[in-house]
Amino acid sequence: MLVLGVSGSLRRDSYNAALLRHAGDLFEGEGAQFEIYDGLREIPPYDEDYDTEDAPEAVSRLREAVRDADAVFFVTPEYNSSIPGALKNALDWISRPFASNPLRYKPVAVIGASSGMFGAVWAQAELRKILGAIGARVTEGEVAVGNAGERFDQNDRLNEPNLEQEVHEVVARLLSDAEAAKTSQREAA
Amino acid sequence: MSSVDTQVLPSGTWQVDEIHSSVGFAVDYMAGTFHGTFGDFDAAVTDGVLKGSAKVASVQVKDENLAAHLQSPDFFDAQAHPELSFTCTAISRDGDRLTIDGEITIKGHTEVAKITGEISDPIADSYGGERFGLTLQTVVERDKFGVSWNNPLPSGEPALSNEVTITAELQLAKVGEGEC
Repeated sequence: MLVLGVSGSLRRDSYNAALLRHAGDLFEGEGAQFEIYDGLREIPPYDEDYDTEDAPEAVSRLREAVRDADAVFFVTPEYNSSIPGALKNALDWISRPFASNPLRYKPVAVIGASSGMFGAVWAQAELRKILGAIGARVTEGEVAVGNAGERFDQNDRLNEPNLEQEVHEVVARLLSDAEAAKTSQREAA
Repeated sequence: MSSVDTQVLPSGTWQVDEIHSSVGFAVDYMAGTFHGTFGDFDAAVTDGVLKGSAKVASVQVKDENLAAHLQSPDFFDAQAHPELSFTCTAISRDGDRLTIDGEITIKGHTEVAKITGEISDPIADSYGGERFGLTLQTVVERDKFGVSWNNPLPSGEPALSNEVTITAELQLAKVGEGEC
């Protein structure tokens, strides 16, 4: 089982990137292979004129990474009550052509962190809506890591067992959904 | 199945003529009613018992992206649940009017349903066979089947109704001996 991890934050010392790494350890603890996608900064602004068979290389790499994964795990910060533009831009590239895009039927889960007290809950809801519209299989569950500046130890690990448990539950649920999707694909074949 | 009154529908085996039949749905969306159909479906009456199914991947609407969205987990989830189906459990007739109790399965959820409709008696058709007609309709609450997508209007009201009307206009041709 291969899980692709995507953080919506580009910041070098991002809390969301730390949260993603912590989640990655939990995936690996469950026996899954976990890869972090780190090319978000290289994705150009979506432009239909360039969305051809010869798409930009960074976009092709992203689409291929999503296609190869059995599931995709997103962590997102929140800007102006929504997701970061870079993440939305990447999703716009992935989603075309719509009927055959690599996120279609792909099991996905969303959690988030923010330096404010609400833990990016609106961004998470927004991202789930977008992923559903793209055709992904959105796993239920939300983890809101609020006041993120106080929620990680010196090793960038979540310092609250309850939060780690919440992340673990979403991780387990996503793996379960991905396994069910693989089973139904096999039965359909 | 024992409660089905086999006298109501013609005896023998009758198979849907897909070309001259249609299966679809209608749902209120914003200021009007949105319609869709399924291109690939099946229906048969065998010894008075009606069964039917439709392939989710064959949903037909006027926009290919909307068709793709309807097949996604937001709506029917064609990958995990490729078919909708219906089975009749009881049927009664008053003149041409039919009342059918049955079970409808959508997205893996099965719910009881009451279907109303009309039946036309068998006639000799243009192809040397016999056929009769059924016009059926039922209203389902889609959230009971896990189809709960919505989008709020500026007023805050949901854009898409929870009640969906499913319709089937069927011509069923008699299957002769030696056919299957």
